Amino acid sequence: MKEWTKHDLLDIQELSKEEIELVLKTSKSFKEVSTREVKKVPTLRGKTVVLLFFEPSTRTRISFELAAKRLSADTISISSSGSSASKGESFLDTAKNIEAMNVDLIVMRHSASGAPKIVAEALAPSVINAGDGCRAHPTQALLDLFTIKERLGRIAGLKVGIVGDILHSRVARSNIWALTKLGAKVTLCGPATLMPRDIERLGVDLCYDLNEVIAASDVLMVLRLQKERMQEKFLPSIREYARMFGINRNRLKAAKKDLIILHPGPTNRGVELSADVADGDHSVILEQVNNGVAVRMAILYLLLGTKEK
Amino acid sequence: MNTSKLMDKEAIRRAITRIAHEILEKNKGTDDLCLVGIRTRGVTLAARINEEIKTIEGTKPPLGILDITLYRDDLTLIDSQPIVHETQIDFDITGTKIILVDDVLFTGRTIRAALDALVDFGRPSSIQLAVLIDRGHREFPIRADYVGKSIPTALSQNVRVILQENDQSQDEVIVEDAEKR
Amino acid sequence: MTLLIKNATIVSAKKISPRPQDILIKDGRIEMIGDSISSNGKEVVDAKGKMVLPGLIDLHVHLRQPGREDKETIETGCRSAIKGGFTSIFCMPNTTPVIDNASIVEFIIKEAQMLGLANVYPIAAITKGQKNEELTDIFELKEAGCLALSDDGRCVNNSQLMRLALEYAKMAGILLIQHCEDPSLSNHGVMNEGLVSTILGLKGIPEVSETIIVARDIELARYLKARVHFAHMSAKRSVELIRMAKSQGIPVTAEVCPHHFTLTDEMVKSFDTNYKVNPPLRTAEDVEAIKEGLKDGTIDCITTDHAPHTLEEKELEFDHAPFGMIGLETAVGLTISELVDKNILTLPQLVEKLSANPAKITGLNNKGEIAPGNDADLTIIDPKKEWIFQKEDIVSKSYNSPFIGRTLKGLVEMTICGGRIVHRVN
Repeated sequence: MKEWTKHDLLDIQELSKEEIELVLKTSKSFKEVSTREVKKVPTLRGKTVVLLFFEPSTRTRISFELAAKRLSADTISISSSGSSASKGESFLDTAKNIEAMNVDLIVMRHSASGAPKIVAEALAPSVINAGDGCRAHPTQALLDLFTIKERLGRIAGLKVGIVGDILHSRVARSNIWALTKLGAKVTLCGPATLMPRDIERLGVDLCYDLNEVIAASDVLMVLRLQKERMQEKFLPSIREYARMFGINRNRLKAAKKDLIILHPGPTNRGVELSADVADGDHSVILEQVNNGVAVRMAILYLLLGTKEK
Repeated sequence: MNTSKLMDKEAIRRAITRIAHEILEKNKGTDDLCLVGIRTRGVTLAARINEEIKTIEGTKPPLGILDITLYRDDLTLIDSQPIVHETQIDFDITGTKIILVDDVLFTGRTIRAALDALVDFGRPSSIQLAVLIDRGHREFPIRADYVGKSIPTALSQNVRVILQENDQSQDEVIVEDAEKR
Repeated sequence: MTLLIKNATIVSAKKISPRPQDILIKDGRIEMIGDSISSNGKEVVDAKGKMVLPGLIDLHVHLRQPGREDKETIETGCRSAIKGGFTSIFCMPNTTPVIDNASIVEFIIKEAQMLGLANVYPIAAITKGQKNEELTDIFELKEAGCLALSDDGRCVNNSQLMRLALEYAKMAGILLIQHCEDPSLSNHGVMNEGLVSTILGLKGIPEVSETIIVARDIELARYLKARVHFAHMSAKRSVELIRMAKSQGIPVTAEVCPHHFTLTDEMVKSFDTNYKVNPPLRTAEDVEAIKEGLKDGTIDCITTDHAPHTLEEKELEFDHAPFGMIGLETAVGLTISELVDKNILTLPQLVEKLSANPAKITGLNNKGEIAPGNDADLTIIDPKKEWIFQKEDIVSKSYNSPFIGRTLKGLVEMTICGGRIVHRVN
C-alpha cells in the first residue's frame, strides 16, 4: 500500500482514492482500541494537539479530543467564537501564537470557508480541518464512508441520497467528493432554494421527489436543517419542509430493506427525521458517532507520522 | 548477496512440536493457558503451536493476535507511519498464562512493546515468550522461555523467516548479509 | 516654461503617426506638432523608439481621503496614478464623509492642485450620504467642479430615485455613473456564484445582480433619453445588453477593469483575499465576452477601480475581508499584455479606452488627444518593455494587488501633466 505523505487534512478533494482507503483501513484497526479495558495506546505520547475552534462545536471537538487522548497526545482546547476582527486579532495571529508554543497539530474549525487552508499554508504544525464555512468537513465524510462500508461492505456502486440543505452544508460537499471518488452514485434531494448553483457539474444527480430518492437508495444521508434558514427566507416554513423533505416511517415503507440512514448530528427530530426513524432499525447515527473517534484517531496517527513540510 | 539456510521445513516443524511439548510440560497442561501471536509471522507460529497442543492434549487454548505498531518506540524516527493492523484478543487475559509468540527475538524492543500492549488488556498471571529464532544482540533485559533455535549473527545480517501461510513459499529460515548502503 | 518632445511616435485613438514628430509644449498646453522643431533654450525629452500617448484618464479611482488616509491619500493616490501613466483621475465619493457637498469637492480639488501631480476630478454622490434616499445638490456640485456623479460602492437601486437622478443629471449636463448591483440579489455574497463558489462553499454574487440593473437602467435611459455610464462591467450578459442598447441608439456607455479581463473566479480557490473584488471575478466565458466588447466598441473605457485596503483588513477570512484591489500601477501593463499583445486591441484602441473615450464621456474637451491647443498631458510608454510588478516598487499606500510578482509588458517611461514631467523612469 502507498505510504501516507499528506501533512494536513483540509478537504477530501486532495486525497486520492488509495489514501481514502488507507484511512478507512487504519480506522478499522483503531476502532478496536476503543473496545479495550484500557482505552489508550501510547502512540502519540509527548505530542500536543490543539483544538482551535472559532465556531462553537461540541460533538466534533469531543470526538477529536477523545481520539487524541486515546492516542496519549496532550490536548488543549481553545474556543474563540465571534469574528476575530472584532477583537483586533486576526485568526492568523491567533494561530501563529499557538504555533509559537511548539504544538504538533492543530484541529481547526472556522465559520469562514478557507480559513484552515490559510493557517496550514502559514504554519508548520499539521492542520486538520474540522469544518470550514460551507466548504468542507473531511473527517465527517471519512467517518460516513467508514460507517457505510462497515455496514454494507462496499462503497462502489451504492446509491446514496443526500437530503436537505445542500447549499449550506460542508458535510454534503465533502461527502459528494468522497462518495463519487469511491464510485458511489449520489443523488441530491432538497428544496430548490437550497441547492447550490452548478452542483450537478460535480457529477451528482438532482431530484426533488423524496419518495423517489428513498425507493432508489442504499444509503440516505440526512442533513441538519438550521433554523436560521427560515429567517433568511429560503423556506416558507419548517412545517412545509418537514412535509416535503422530512423522513418518517411512512415514507420508508418504499425503502430497501437494508437501507441505512446517516445524519451528522445533532438531529432536529420531527423536522428532517422523525424520532422513530432516528431511533429505528435503518438509523446508524450512533454508529457514526462511535466510528468518528476511530477515524479521527487514524487521521491523527497518519498526519503526525509525516515529517515537517 | 550472501545467504545461507539456517532451518528447513522439517527443522521448523520439529522445533514447533518441541516448543508445544515444552509449553505443556512447564505449564502442566492447558489450564488458563492462552497464546498471543505478534503480527505477522508470530501469529502464524502461534497458530501452528496451538494445533500441536491440540494434537497432544486434545484441547486448544484461545489464540489472540497482537499488532504492536501503536506501542513502537521508534515512530518518531521513521519517515512515514507504518500501517496499523487490527489487534484481536477476544478473551479476557486477566489471570491467564500468556504464551507470547514471535518469529525472531533480536533487540527485544518488539517484545517490550508487546508487553506494554498486553498489560493494557488486563492482568495476566504470567507472560512467557516463545520464539522460533533467537539471534542475540539484546538491547533490553528480555529472554525467551522457548526457543526454536539460537543462532549467533552479526548485526549487519538479516534473518528472514519464510512461512507458507504468509509468504506462499516453502518454510525456511535464512540469514543474509544486508546490502551495503 | 517650454518642453520639447523629440522623435515622438504619437498615438491617437485613430492612428499611430507614420513617422516620429516633435511636440512643443508651452505653458501647460501643446503649442505645436511638427518636424524638427528647434530645441534652442528648451528642456528636451527624446522619445525615440517610444510611443507618446495622450495622458491617460481613469474614471474610477478610490483615493480614500478624507477619512481613510491609512489606506491612501490624495497625494499617494496621485503618485500611484502618474507612475501608472494616468494624468487625470476621477475619484469616487465613498469617503468619510461622503463627497456629497461642495466643500468636500473643493477641498479635494484644492489639495490636488497644491500637489500638482495629476488632475483630480472628484465624483460626487448621487444621493446624500450615498444612502439611496434623496438626491444631492447636483447643480451646486457641478459648480464646485464635479464632472460626474456616482454612488459607487452602492447601487441606486430604487428605480424611482434612479429615474429622478437621470432626469436631473440630464438637465444639469453631468454624467451619471451607475454601480450596477441589486443588493438583494448579491445578498452578502463574496464571489461569483457558480461552480467555483459551490465548491468553495462561499456565498455567491449571481451575475443577474449586475445585469438586472444594467437592463433596468437601459430602459430608463431609453425612456428618458438620458445618458448613463455603467461602472466596472463584469458579466457576459451585461456586454450583450449594452451592445443591444447601443445598436438601438440608447445613450449608454460602459467601462471594464483590467482584473475583469485578466482573472477568473478560479483564482479564488487560493482564498487570497486580493482576489476579492466587487463586482466579483467571473468565468472564462465572461472574460472572453468583455474582451470582445472592448474590441467591438461596446465597452468604451478601461478604468482601474483602484481600491486600496490595508494589510490588516485584507489578512482576514475571505468572508470578512473588504472588496477591492489597487490598479493604477498595473493598468497599462495588463492592457498591453492581455489585450494589445494578444491582438484584441490595437494601440490606438488602447488610447481610445484609456484616454479619448473617458475625456469625451466626461466632457474634458482639451484632453484625450495630442493636438495643438490641448492640455499638455502626455504618457510616454515603451510597449515592448517587460517588467515585473514588485511589492517594493508600489507607490500606492496599499499593497492589495494579486498581480504582485507578475511579469507585464508595456512600461510607462514618463508622465507629463500640464506640461510638467511628473514621473520618469530612472
